[in-house]
Amino acid sequence: MSRDSTGKILSVAFLLCVVCSILVSTAAVLLSERQELNKAEEKRRNILLAAGLYQEGVPLEEQFRRIEARVVDLRSGRFSSDFDPASYDSRAAARNPETRFQIPPKQDLAGIKAHALYQDVYLVKENGRLQQVILPVYGKGLWSTMYGFISLDSDLSTVIGFAFYEHGETPGLGGEIDNPAWKGLWPGKRIYDDQGNTRIEVLKGAVDQQSPEAIHQVDGISGATLTVRGVGNLLQYWMGQNGYRKLLENLAEGVEL
Amino acid sequence: MSQAKDVLLDPLFNKNPIGLQILGICSALAVTSKLETVVVMSLAVIFVICGSNASVSLIRSQIPSNIRIIVQITIIATLVIIVDQFLKAYAFGISKQLSVFVGLIITNCIVLGRAEGFAMKNPVGLSFLDGLGNGLGYSIVLLLVAFFRELLGAGKLLGYTILPSTSEGGWYLPNGLMLLPPSAFFIIGLLIWLLRTWKTDQIEKEN
Repeated sequence: MSRDSTGKILSVAFLLCVVCSILVSTAAVLLSERQELNKAEEKRRNILLAAGLYQEGVPLEEQFRRIEARVVDLRSGRFSSDFDPASYDSRAAARNPETRFQIPPKQDLAGIKAHALYQDVYLVKENGRLQQVILPVYGKGLWSTMYGFISLDSDLSTVIGFAFYEHGETPGLGGEIDNPAWKGLWPGKRIYDDQGNTRIEVLKGAVDQQSPEAIHQVDGISGATLTVRGVGNLLQYWMGQNGYRKLLENLAEGVEL
Repeated sequence: MSQAKDVLLDPLFNKNPIGLQILGICSALAVTSKLETVVVMSLAVIFVICGSNASVSLIRSQIPSNIRIIVQITIIATLVIIVDQFLKAYAFGISKQLSVFVGLIITNCIVLGRAEGFAMKNPVGLSFLDGLGNGLGYSIVLLLVAFFRELLGAGKLLGYTILPSTSEGGWYLPNGLMLLPPSAFFIIGLLIWLLRTWKTDQIEKEN
């Protein structure tokens, strides 16, 4: 059979594909366990970072013992015991028509079209009293979906920490949402005003510190206007009625969940 | 033996893939703001280019010429995916920083260029050495670029503070431009200038 005959072309192509796919799938299968472990650890690390509890060098397992993971039903704002929080995957649930909430287009501030009916949330308690609640939030920036955690103080309005752990915004511009100086502007800001309206917003430009509104406002980032607009919008969404509002109200009233 | 030596050492300075052929610039801009990422990226490229050269050379007499580029790319892509999976499992932090650029080794012109230009015509051993040489040549340039970018842009090397920056109470005011990709253009340009001043035969003749 000559080297350029059709039969030879097909057989070389076929054999090559078989060999390569065996190699690739072997690598993927053998390494997947470790990769999943890495992803789970990364998530835990980010939860601790948002809560301001992360300590370099201390095993994550030990640090995470302070944190109680729960799965919440966003419709009622009550905890559900139907899922194991350790393995619950809200991103997978958001893709499944059975388990997702289709956001009416007018209310879709975060630009995510749908999200899971249940979300995993994290509580920090001391002697049975709630200290912090850490909530996963996500939404569209300029190019990408940005995933982050926001941690609220026991008044359920004051921010303790807020950071994104996964996004694809332009490094140096939108990517500056990872800048520690900007993340440092969030702690102490209030999500809700005294009437319970969701007030948190990211301005274009700097916040006037004298203004009575300053407690709800965060400076924008120059060169990242659209990205930080996305950040403000996704918080508006997730802190609202479709998001964690009902859960936060229940927690505030001390309802037995 | 002298041929093997030439094949291995020529790509370092005499025929550097970035310096002379101006290939592989994309990743040289993208990953060089820190030395740490460059070390990992260089190792990944060296592995891929050695592996692809050796495997292409091994089956070179069997590859039908009509589909040779597809065969080469398939082999390269396989190696790159394996590297990517390994990084995700064993160097998760760095693989996050390198993000898409590990996957983009597939499109690094140096890898395909050596497979098509060298490995298709030479025995396995020589092809492997050629891959190693070109991988090292690529790495030398990346390491130099990253050295200057991290030192001048952040005052650090491999994360250790060398020039204490003003924001941490030192005296050095970091040059923010060095952290942005265009600075790599300037450094690579200067390196090529130096290289051609040293090796004058690399200067292209004017048309």
